[in-house]
Amino acid sequence: MILAIGFDAGLAALIIGLAFWTIAAREAFAAVVAFVSLGLLLALAWVRLAAPDVALTEAAIGGGVTGGMLIAAAARGRAAENLPMPETAALHLRLAAGAVAILATAGLSWVVLSLPEPAPTLAPSAAAYLALTGLENPVNAVLLAYRAIDTLLETIVLLIALLAVWSLSPDRFWGGRPGLPQRKDRNGVLVFLARLLPPIGVLVGIHLFWVGSVAPGGEFQSATVLAAMWIVAWMAGLANPPPIERRGLRLLVVVGPAVFLAIGLSGAITADAFLGYPPDHAKLLIIAIELPVTLTIAATLCLLVVGPPQREPQT
Amino acid sequence: MSFVRDALTIVAVCAGIFFFLAGSVGLLRFPDTLSRLHALTKADNLGLGLIVLGVMLQVEGLLAALKLGAVWLLIVLAGAVVTQLVAAAAYPEEPPP
Repeated sequence: MILAIGFDAGLAALIIGLAFWTIAAREAFAAVVAFVSLGLLLALAWVRLAAPDVALTEAAIGGGVTGGMLIAAAARGRAAENLPMPETAALHLRLAAGAVAILATAGLSWVVLSLPEPAPTLAPSAAAYLALTGLENPVNAVLLAYRAIDTLLETIVLLIALLAVWSLSPDRFWGGRPGLPQRKDRNGVLVFLARLLPPIGVLVGIHLFWVGSVAPGGEFQSATVLAAMWIVAWMAGLANPPPIERRGLRLLVVVGPAVFLAIGLSGAITADAFLGYPPDHAKLLIIAIELPVTLTIAATLCLLVVGPPQREPQT
Repeated sequence: MSFVRDALTIVAVCAGIFFFLAGSVGLLRFPDTLSRLHALTKADNLGLGLIVLGVMLQVEGLLAALKLGAVWLLIVLAGAVVTQLVAAAAYPEEPPP
């Protein structure tokens, strides 16, 4: 018991320390490294809170994919970092910014401290109706049945994020291949990894997808692992992203939300509610949604990491 | 029998923690990138291996033990590759062999 409290206290102290370091670090790259470590420690904290589903997502997306994107952003911004710093802001501006930050922190602390004890919970009703969804993992039942609308909107948000990234491409590159051509790693270490890891990673990704209905896992975690495998191959120069004008690629990034929306709308007829499932076929319909959604999320995450088109359409 | 198993776990995990500590001291004390990487990867891979060995003795079933072993192998693989990449990034002027 004391050991567990000591571990949790140490973990919390480390998380707060790293959070400070993420903000205080002078170089963007150091801040990103701290942020990725923060994500991994947060995943550990979620495990300690008995929320392995959240832990998996935090480690995969918060630490992994976001970290990769931030490293790319830091590398791009590195040239600007060496420019002479502009004058520091005026004192009254800094005081005002500090006051706003303190006010926000105080407000958040007040909200957290005034939460009712024990916290209101829907867990008993979530467990009571679990059988109707055909799933055994209550977290996935929340994501794909009780609060399917949130998940639907999340997949659409991802699509919008991808459009935002693509819209950064200059006109002459529109429709071309995203990202710069990758050099093959001259030492061959990355190439070695990119040949060895994907079979294992793809298996883990499929396992996470399939096990999601009964145990921690699901489409987001699975898609992130699958995306990571393609990203490793891309970084090693073994895989080339297709031009964004290709129809198959465009189909891939919309098929998830489209199928989700179609099944959700059909629920209005078969189950009397938008995003409702007839109880007899609930699990089948949920898998029919999860499969394309996983593919779409994986493809979108890959494309988000690769970035906007930077090559002419013909090449 | 369970006493022997527990004792082996304690010895292995303590040895693992010792190697982690040694690796971390090396990371802080060694003078240049290559020796720091050396200290970190060698000691940590061994330390993690020992901890995995200790925990393997405590889990139920062969499958869980094999999963732990797979985790160790994957971390060794990732560590080896990342170390090479960090070293290559730290010494870009070295000609390719």
